[in-house]
Amino acid sequence: MKVTTYLAPQAGDFAFTPENDEKARAYIARYPEGKQASAVIWLLYLAQAQNGGHLSEEAIEYVAQYLGMAPIRVHEVVSFYTMLYTRPVGRHVIQVCRTTSCWLRGSDEISRACLETAGVARLGGTSEDGLFTVVEVECLGACCNAPMFQVNDADYYEDLTPESARQVIEALRGGERPTPGPQNGRLGSLNADGPTSLKDTFAKGTAPGGAADAAG
Amino acid sequence: MLQDKDRVFLNLWGQRDWGLEGARQRGVWDNTKDLLALGREKIVEIVKDSELRGRGGAGFPAGLKWSFMPKEPDPARPHFLVVNADESEPGSCKDREILRNDPHLLLEGCLLAGFAMGAHTAYIYIRGEYWEPLQRLEAAILQAREAGLLGSDACGSGWAFDIHVSRGAGAYICGEETALMESLEGKKGQPRLKPPFPAGVGVWGCPTTVTNVETIAVAPTILRRGADWWKALGRPKNTGTKIFSLSGHVNRPCNVEEEMGIPLRELIDKHAGGGRGGWDNLQAVIPGGSSVPCLPRDVCSEVLMDFDSLREVKSGLGTAAVIVIDRSADIVEAICRFSHFYMHESCGQCTPCREGTGWMYRVMTRMVQGRASVEEIDMLLDVSYQVEGHTICALGDAAAWPIQGLIRHFRPEMERRILEYRKQAPATVAAAPVAAE
Repeated sequence: MKVTTYLAPQAGDFAFTPENDEKARAYIARYPEGKQASAVIWLLYLAQAQNGGHLSEEAIEYVAQYLGMAPIRVHEVVSFYTMLYTRPVGRHVIQVCRTTSCWLRGSDEISRACLETAGVARLGGTSEDGLFTVVEVECLGACCNAPMFQVNDADYYEDLTPESARQVIEALRGGERPTPGPQNGRLGSLNADGPTSLKDTFAKGTAPGGAADAAG
Repeated sequence: MLQDKDRVFLNLWGQRDWGLEGARQRGVWDNTKDLLALGREKIVEIVKDSELRGRGGAGFPAGLKWSFMPKEPDPARPHFLVVNADESEPGSCKDREILRNDPHLLLEGCLLAGFAMGAHTAYIYIRGEYWEPLQRLEAAILQAREAGLLGSDACGSGWAFDIHVSRGAGAYICGEETALMESLEGKKGQPRLKPPFPAGVGVWGCPTTVTNVETIAVAPTILRRGADWWKALGRPKNTGTKIFSLSGHVNRPCNVEEEMGIPLRELIDKHAGGGRGGWDNLQAVIPGGSSVPCLPRDVCSEVLMDFDSLREVKSGLGTAAVIVIDRSADIVEAICRFSHFYMHESCGQCTPCREGTGWMYRVMTRMVQGRASVEEIDMLLDVSYQVEGHTICALGDAAAWPIQGLIRHFRPEMERRILEYRKQAPATVAAAPVAAE
């Protein structure tokens, strides 16, 4: 086995809250014994949320300590993945998809509308009130619902027009959580004129989703 | 057109309950115990016989892949099934619909495929951005555990099986199987050299098979209805059904399940309300996601949507993500956006890809404006061939192919732009060669 020596992690004052500590243990338990390093991304998400949207040096070192990893291994992971931030971001990070499918359907106008409404000067910037960061990101995998953006690491707002993009941002500013999904009222990635197949599965009027939707 | 009775994905758009109750009504988890009773060899044999090809892009025969796993598990090196739900190919959004609208279909597939490989554990690696699908998947796993469908005695078969979800954090490269395994081990996702292949040395050094979501999700239905049913759909060696994602300049973008080998034109006209402005307004179609070369209109009018037909016209089925581009769009910029994508997503491990993707993007931005010389088109093509095939994983190839397709079919347009730019630019600027980026 390779033995590496390294400076002990400097976690400072950062520590998981009891709830996050419990969650972290549950994530580690998903992986075989001794392979707790596999849970590093899960723990970094927890630390990022607890730290107000970005990872501080202390938070990163704390995760290293928690998992018994060399701090550099955790720093490597943090710098590799785009959803882990090392610099402070706004409360709502608006990530506008810029790749071809969205671009063909007008992602440039969506970006402009987002910058304007959020009061952000240029892409990658944060508004003065600290509410919004607007960035362009690569394909978010909702190409049939283009153009779209994601808010933080969770909600997709799809089938946007500049107008509906503005409405979503204004609602966020007002402290609401607008209903995620297509903003033009269509169901998922169904043809907007209605189904071209499986028509009888719609006839019964069954509500999409289920009771467990409350989780989302 | 595919008949409703032959469809596998009955809740593709979330029109019905995604939970266990709803899934059971659609026939998921029905007599799974009997399917498991077929035994390891028989399951692999049926999948082999069905000629199912992997739905993640490469189109490798699924049954063959499953059969690579060691026959006698070594107790010190347990087998793992890893499901690749890191769907990030631009244009592709099919796995998301399976994950959030029919998660139980995937879970049942995991059990059957895992059993056929001698695995007691499956990991589903989902891309970090897919938050809603993640919630549904986690909830579905809890439902299945509670109902005894997973656990120490999965479906009463005596086989212990459990499924865990692992979350990515925004890296396209983690959809490459060895990079995915690295990421699953808690490292940055940089692909590994092969061999050793994952079936020998995979995640945590144990035998592993990495498979796409859709491949796993169709497996239970194939086992239930038989290989002959599946083979009767599609064309020889390109069997069964496939979810097509129709995006870009179509009137009604949508995901739809269709038979393999459906003509591209019929697919667009029937399910997506046709191309914007009619068929004559079509400029090009990218038939399989960002990694495959685009096709001009005359080819699109004839071509069939399956692995071999598209290979014949020097493109590929990829993930069956059809991106339609009409005449109003700038085709060079459309491809340039892909070049930016690959530059952004290159993991930086191999020099040809790390340097080449950036170089190609920078030259492509000039091609968009026409700020180049005609010879540079050949230079760009030449560099793309030097990136292709000279990297550990296929990202280098994927970055090269869209550009090669563009030059193959739209060279006159690129030349026209260059000449146009020269006409209006001062002579000194236009004459200076600028290829040494």
